Amino acid sequence: MIKKYLGSRWSPFVATFSVILFFYLKDALATTSVVATSITFGLPLAMAAMVGIMCERTGIVNIGIEGTLLVSSFIGFFVASVSGNLLVGLFAAVCMGAVSGLLLALLSVTWKMDQIIAGTIINILATGLTSFFYKQGHTLPSTFPEIDIPGLSAIPFFGPVLFMHGPLTFLGFFLILVLWVALYFTPWGLRSRSVGEHPGSADTAGVSVVRMRYLNVTIAGAFGGLTGAYLTLELVGSWDRGFSAGRGFTALALMIFGRWNPLGALAAALFFGVAQAITNQLMITEVVTIPQQFTNMLPYVLTILILAISAGKVRAPAAEGQPYEKESA
Amino acid sequence: MKYVRSWLLPVIALAIAFAIGALMMKLQGANPLKAYESLFSSAFGSSAGISKTLGKATPLIISGLAVTICLRAGLFNIGVQGQLLAGALASAWAGYAIHGLPLFIHLPIALFFGTFFGALTGIIAGALKAYRGVHEVITTIMLNSLVLQLGEYLAYGPFKEPGQQLARTPEVLSSAKIPDLFGMPVGFFIAITLAVIAWWIFKKTTSGFRLETVGRNKNAAWYAGISVKRSILISMFIGGGLAGLGGAIETLGVVGRYEPAFNAGLGFDGITIALLGRANPLAVIPGAILFGGMRGAGGSMQFAAGVSPDIIDLILALVLFFVTAPLIGKWIKTVRGNEAITTGGWGN
Repeated sequence: MIKKYLGSRWSPFVATFSVILFFYLKDALATTSVVATSITFGLPLAMAAMVGIMCERTGIVNIGIEGTLLVSSFIGFFVASVSGNLLVGLFAAVCMGAVSGLLLALLSVTWKMDQIIAGTIINILATGLTSFFYKQGHTLPSTFPEIDIPGLSAIPFFGPVLFMHGPLTFLGFFLILVLWVALYFTPWGLRSRSVGEHPGSADTAGVSVVRMRYLNVTIAGAFGGLTGAYLTLELVGSWDRGFSAGRGFTALALMIFGRWNPLGALAAALFFGVAQAITNQLMITEVVTIPQQFTNMLPYVLTILILAISAGKVRAPAAEGQPYEKESA
Repeated sequence: MKYVRSWLLPVIALAIAFAIGALMMKLQGANPLKAYESLFSSAFGSSAGISKTLGKATPLIISGLAVTICLRAGLFNIGVQGQLLAGALASAWAGYAIHGLPLFIHLPIALFFGTFFGALTGIIAGALKAYRGVHEVITTIMLNSLVLQLGEYLAYGPFKEPGQQLARTPEVLSSAKIPDLFGMPVGFFIAITLAVIAWWIFKKTTSGFRLETVGRNKNAAWYAGISVKRSILISMFIGGGLAGLGGAIETLGVVGRYEPAFNAGLGFDGITIALLGRANPLAVIPGAILFGGMRGAGGSMQFAAGVSPDIIDLILALVLFFVTAPLIGKWIKTVRGNEAITTGGWGN
């Protein structure tokens, strides 16, 4: 009986929750700030993982998330800084993301390229474009301000953790929930998943594989653009070369760990965020002194470990990575 | 005809990329002809320029080979960058920390250190792929960042040159430095030899054929009694070792020590060069010389035409795009052989 619960996939979350509770009883203020920070760390990863989920559920491997984040955060930052309007920057970032998605769809659906190479092209193009057009000395007028939801934000612990964030954080969480509902409970979701599992059957049932893949990869790109905008316009407030810092690849690992399920990936990302926030807190309070380079390594080591544990046990969408060839009559 | 066309595609891709690059310069108000002229005359116009170009091309040939060999075996080794850094770091340590050996012993030892640690970094990703089914693209990228951080830690900490403000290792001893031969960098000849050996292995030997069979069709290879796991391990070991050697040659022949800013991007140029040469070991050489020249002489464009050397990054990215996208291929109806197939599910 106990063994059954220990082995269940809920056990890490139960464990995390108990640890948080324990520390909350010890030091309420610090624990609240650590958990709130972990949401800030985890959310962009969760959002980037959604980009991967949307693509892979329709059978397209998207290794270009990193490039999408890089180029859209770049555009978002510079448009916002030149126009002086954050919303214009946000819009530009989302459009840029959609364009990168459209490019991936063109390469992998229409031209039937190897999808890993297609994604790599997006990454390298993004690096080349951004480093060429990058100019120093731009600043944002401001970042998206924090919104404290009246009433709810006054609740101890849950208030600061859940109800005191910037607008894009709320939007991100909301869209992740929307994606989960849409993927499992709407005709669009059923069609998307069927295209990813068995495009031949989907085609026979009258679902256009090409259109479905184009649609989803482009929407996913736009979502990646939103993630990039969140990173630069709300979280960091600046932009530098290599700004996305490997988040796009970590997101892929989280997607796999979360079994291609939006809620699973969200949980994995938050777990990741907690790990980073705890390390940060340990560094700040100087409980332990670790060289900064080792704390920088943490996300990468965790990503490799997560994959080593979960890959092989999980099942990817069956038609992933394969261009669809319509059978001739 | 097939021969001509296989050369035509990369050439057209280069031409289009340069044209777009020129357009970008024009948009910035610079003179693209002047920029390109200064770029090529300073890269290939004098013997000093050519010597510099070949020096720059050396690690590029080797990292291009590291990618090529893995591509042939069906693996996309994006980790060349990290393997190269591991090799640079290890060879720099062996170069300054081991004392009292003559050149003909010390230099091979330092090169071996670089090769070995590069191979070690490669085989971590190989083992994760072979035994746990983790896709090599993600693990190698993570390893890239890991090695970079590790190198930074060592250069700031245990390996730091005493009494130095900058984070860098001490300079390697003269007994571990690669000497020049008749004014030409020796590393370049090592790189050419390696390319020829790699070409010969895939063309003529059973081991090469085994690796290639796994790359083309895993199931068929397995059915024919070839161990897929072994092939994955071997190719990542060789790929990593080559990249490590490239890092070692660069460190012992050019840089002379390890610095955290060590040649970021060499590994990524290797990917572009390998794909430009369509996974043919010999085709890596001209690509690497061209890229090496552009990388080495990029600064001259700033001087002559006021164009930022960052344009090279953009041009190289465009080259990669046009050479891999079947856009031009369809147009000139190239016979598409030797194509790498690297996409599989995440779990197999």
